[in-house]
Amino acid sequence: MATTTVPGNRFKQILRTMRVSPVYVFLIVIFLVGGIMDQVLSDGQIFTNPAILLNILVRSVALGIVAVGQTLVIIGASIDLSVAYTISVTAVMSSFIMQGNPANVPLAILVVFAIGGIIGLVNGMVITKLHVNSFITTLGTSLILKGIINATFSNYTGSVPRSFEFFGYGTLGPVPVSIIVLLLVVGGGWFLLTRTKFGSHLYGVGGNVEVARLSGLRTDRVIIAAHIICSLTAVLTGLFVVSRLRSGAPWIGPDGIYDLESVATAVVGGTALSGGKGGVWGTLAGVLIFGVLDTVFNQLGVNPYLKTVLRGAIIMLAVASYTYRAKKEAA
Amino acid sequence: MTEEEKISNEPETTQPVPLLEVRNITKRFPGVLALDDVSLQFMPGEVHAVVGENGAGKSTLMKIMTGAYIPDAGEIFLNGEKVSFSHPKVAYEKGISIIYQEFNLLPERTVAHNIFLGREPSRMGVVDIGQMNKQAEAVLRELGVETMISPTANASSLSVAEQQLVEIAKAISFNAKVLIMDEPTAALTNTEVQLLDDLIVRLKNRGMAIIFISHRLVEVFNIAEKITVLKDGKLVKTVKADEVNASDIVYLMVGRVLDHYFPPLGKPEDFGEVVLRVKDASNQFLKGINLELRKGEVLGVAGLQGSGRTELAQAIFGVVPFKNGSMELHGKAIAVRSPTQAIKNQMGFVTEDRKTEGLCPKQPIRDNMLLTVRSIQSVFGVILKDGIRSARKLVPTLGKQVDVRTDSYDREVQYLSGGNQQKVVLSKWLASDADVFIFDEPTRGIDVESKASIHDMIRDLTRRGIAVLMISSELPEIIGMSDRVVVMWDGKVAGELPAKSSEAEIMLMATGHKNNGSTRTAAAGEE
Repeated sequence: MATTTVPGNRFKQILRTMRVSPVYVFLIVIFLVGGIMDQVLSDGQIFTNPAILLNILVRSVALGIVAVGQTLVIIGASIDLSVAYTISVTAVMSSFIMQGNPANVPLAILVVFAIGGIIGLVNGMVITKLHVNSFITTLGTSLILKGIINATFSNYTGSVPRSFEFFGYGTLGPVPVSIIVLLLVVGGGWFLLTRTKFGSHLYGVGGNVEVARLSGLRTDRVIIAAHIICSLTAVLTGLFVVSRLRSGAPWIGPDGIYDLESVATAVVGGTALSGGKGGVWGTLAGVLIFGVLDTVFNQLGVNPYLKTVLRGAIIMLAVASYTYRAKKEAA
Repeated sequence: MTEEEKISNEPETTQPVPLLEVRNITKRFPGVLALDDVSLQFMPGEVHAVVGENGAGKSTLMKIMTGAYIPDAGEIFLNGEKVSFSHPKVAYEKGISIIYQEFNLLPERTVAHNIFLGREPSRMGVVDIGQMNKQAEAVLRELGVETMISPTANASSLSVAEQQLVEIAKAISFNAKVLIMDEPTAALTNTEVQLLDDLIVRLKNRGMAIIFISHRLVEVFNIAEKITVLKDGKLVKTVKADEVNASDIVYLMVGRVLDHYFPPLGKPEDFGEVVLRVKDASNQFLKGINLELRKGEVLGVAGLQGSGRTELAQAIFGVVPFKNGSMELHGKAIAVRSPTQAIKNQMGFVTEDRKTEGLCPKQPIRDNMLLTVRSIQSVFGVILKDGIRSARKLVPTLGKQVDVRTDSYDREVQYLSGGNQQKVVLSKWLASDADVFIFDEPTRGIDVESKASIHDMIRDLTRRGIAVLMISSELPEIIGMSDRVVVMWDGKVAGELPAKSSEAEIMLMATGHKNNGSTRTAAAGEE
């Protein structure tokens, strides 16, 4: 390796010693650039109004929770495209069971988590036991869920009681409950990945399934567990969304593009689609990047179609910049 | 000891109980009898080499002994007790560890995580990382390499040799009683091999049984007490290493005497004008490279790992191009900024790593052979023209030229043996009419017979007027094949040596002890 020092390396070194993932640099840059544009072109609320910041966080909760699950699955070199409809099923079923009655809340929660667990189990079993590619498996599950739910419910069904809206709108002191839940989920994901055997095994299976097998891991179980956890995070997102909307409808999952966006945020956050590498803090940054972008675009009154175009471009730019860096470092 | 006894693989009466024994193992794969009634014993405190050509059944046998495969028939005994391994984990737990030929580390994980994958010290599923690092360090200390390798380093930051040590550490940490090593030295430099040999002796003295699979007979004789030869799934013989020599073993392996490992070197009149000239070229890995490659010669490039030998090949071929300096082909200045340009300039590159750089393993032989031809032609005309009509003629011609052994050119390359795969790589460059060939480790991990035929092919190329640049870490190969030798050291050309230089002369230069300074001595090869 050549050891010539290039100007600018110092900055990189500092980042490396602080173990700052490049995605956080990217997040800060986007926030600053967006904020400055807001100052110049609009009313400058992004820098001055703390409510807007809080709003960015709250808007990130739904995607953030499920993206943590998605990150786990992707680290295991799998993918889950059924999360969007899992969210729909959760929202519809929970509001259908609750029917505005607080007494039904525990039952509803129990039922939707059970459904989520089964969806994850089926995904994991089909992938590992029937050896169907995870992309196809979860696309299949997604279509099955879509068919069932569209045949059964057409629009908003039932409602959640006021007490349940606490999840979506409540605060503990000045902090919204939903943000606490998001941080708990991210923290939980971090703990699972870095501090538990399951996490180690997941990196092993995702990094090289043959190595994992020859090291004596029951690789199938690891993948199945990851899929179950992922589906459960989708359920949690579904519960959050329904508590915000006060009633569930079949289209809310696909409408939020939770399937593809959860994958995109994980990848933007530095998780390798090929598996074995990544983590949930990066994913959180990815989610926040999306949140900041949305807020900036709203502030600037960007045309919604253009918004989507810009989002797409920024995702590609972010990922391209990492691979470029990685290649440069490897050279 | 009499002649009869030395070739016997029957248990000798006074021997202690074998640590590991397989009896009458048979394993069948669709269309192949991979192992046919093989019985073998491995004693404690003994290094037992298992040799044979690719496809002889060595790997299958190892996988059966470690639980990765389940035999169709036969029994396994550990310390005289019958066992059966349903999963690799069972074999590990009983003290049988294996280090595979392909590296089996997770590059993005730490050394400690790699060593303890699947067995992390933990309480209620929560890993005690401090404890794990401490245990990893203890294992590394046991190997005497704790100063080289930190438990918290990422595996991807380690050199090939260090990664291998981590694999050994992993094996030791299972409290292994039997350690199987599949081609452990294939990627190591000589000093690293020495380190490994020392380690093996230490492990042996602790009463472990070491099973050593290798193509490098020199090392087999250095380290092993017993040698077992497999051929076509059958056990040919188990012999004591000090009672036979390398050619006996080769004879047993291939069933015939290979008296010529290498084809004869080129004669001065075979060498033509300079085909490729590199002048004062450099990039991030290489400094001031000056080289001349002449028609009809094999220019060997020797050097230790990290000396820049592979980087030299990659620079010439445009994989990691030169940034400064110039290159001339047939006296005409050329710029090679990408492999495509190199191919257009009629260069061919047979890479070190067949699987990832040389072949598309899941594609048929046919498509692999035509890959280069297609890459330099226009996008759409190609498939129609070469994919259907002329390819029908070209593929069998190429196949015959390089002697690929297969029943059909539609077979996926991944199912071929290492030697046959290398032949396919060769054929794809023949297809592109290259007149400069670069070989990077042409015979690494290939069986003896295929090795000889690849060497013949290389010499054959030069007879047709092709210029060959051959990089190799195996000195016998360099000496046996090269009409001139260039030695790399520290990213520079340390010097040039004539044909038939000794290993010692090459090593002196390769370790930076001798530097004759001049690299523009085109006459050196004619001495």
